[in-house]
Amino acid sequence: MTINRRQFLRRASMLTALGLGGTIAFTGFRKKEVAAAAEYATNQLALKASRWAMVVDMSKFKTEDDFKRVIQSCVSIHNIPDFGNPKDEIKWIWKDDYEHAFSGGENERLTDEFKELPFTIMCNHCENPPCVKACPTGATFQRPDGIVAMDYHRCIGCRFCMGACPFGARSFNYSDPRPKIEKIDPNFPTRTKGVVEKCTFCVERLADGLMPACVEASNGGLIFGDLDDPNSEVRKIIGSKYTIRRKAELGTQPSVYYLMGGNDDA
Amino acid sequence: MYKGGKIIASLIIFVAFLTFPFFYNMGKANAGPDVNLKTPAILALAPADQQCVEPIEYMRTNHMQLLNQWRTEVVRNGQTVYINSQGKSFDMSLQDTCLTCHTTEAEKVANTGMSNPATNNGISNPATNQSPIFCSSCHVYSAVVPTCWSCHFEPKGAIK
Repeated sequence: MTINRRQFLRRASMLTALGLGGTIAFTGFRKKEVAAAAEYATNQLALKASRWAMVVDMSKFKTEDDFKRVIQSCVSIHNIPDFGNPKDEIKWIWKDDYEHAFSGGENERLTDEFKELPFTIMCNHCENPPCVKACPTGATFQRPDGIVAMDYHRCIGCRFCMGACPFGARSFNYSDPRPKIEKIDPNFPTRTKGVVEKCTFCVERLADGLMPACVEASNGGLIFGDLDDPNSEVRKIIGSKYTIRRKAELGTQPSVYYLMGGNDDA
Repeated sequence: MYKGGKIIASLIIFVAFLTFPFFYNMGKANAGPDVNLKTPAILALAPADQQCVEPIEYMRTNHMQLLNQWRTEVVRNGQTVYINSQGKSFDMSLQDTCLTCHTTEAEKVANTGMSNPATNNGISNPATNQSPIFCSSCHVYSAVVPTCWSCHFEPKGAIK
């Protein structure tokens, strides 16, 4: 049996068409997304706000123990590893001095005493977060309540956000953090090698109606509330007392305020 | 055909060799994965509550989509409660909801492909890159290696 070129091409194209059509016939009509008749809801106890903010009352952070207690409350529930060297350090909430925390827009009127103080530092959950703009995968995003959250599932470890963040609030897992976690809290996942992590204002606790862990541990040194609510404690403090923010001149609108002389009028 | 006999004989041997595994295994029953749906945690529930968050057939075919939807709702949309097709509510959490029932006291099966030599360094650490037996009983069988367990883990210490 011999076939000429025309016949060969015709048969080959028919077979190809059959193959393509066949695939569509089998998979094309099958429903891809299978959704159960289900709904999603939030916990009734969940704390809600239109913009979460925190005030750090400097007068309540006097001793080394004040810092340690607050930091430890975060470390223990979020499975934060301790790599033991500053290069690999994973920081959610930490202590730093004035020079490092407030460099740039130096305010001449501040007292020398103020500049000597150690500060509690965490992610500022900026209103205009540069890290969110830098993230190519949408792994870091801003929630409607103002919290700049991380979706570790999407993080590809490019570290653009770390470069974009002017506050150094983001840390990268250069190696597997699990062996470096002192005591694992079984209620919270760990992170994995190659993702960036940071403070989340305890979104998982807010969803259950709890205040952030550091706020609870701070004995009133950290005040957390809704910045958009004129009756909230944070708003009252910011409206009536002297507070400063880190690098406000950059225009990111940080949501963490540092209150000076918190007990002056007490 | 030039040297036709040799060619045909060789072809027959080649085809026989190629199809040997099919004939060798023909008629033998496949053991299939052994999934334990009767963990102590499940048996401790009232019989009416022993169904998973959705009926078993749905979970069998769609648990991966369900988990993806849960992830999106919790992480990105801030929703934490799942109301299933029968109107029952569940907290959406792989560790705290799924693995509370689908837990096992036996040793965990190493999750092939996610093994991590750095995990066993003496620190008491329940979170190793290993899959819970419930998951791995099917996933090892079907050679599916999801990356869930590089961050999530079976909360062994919390149970009991």
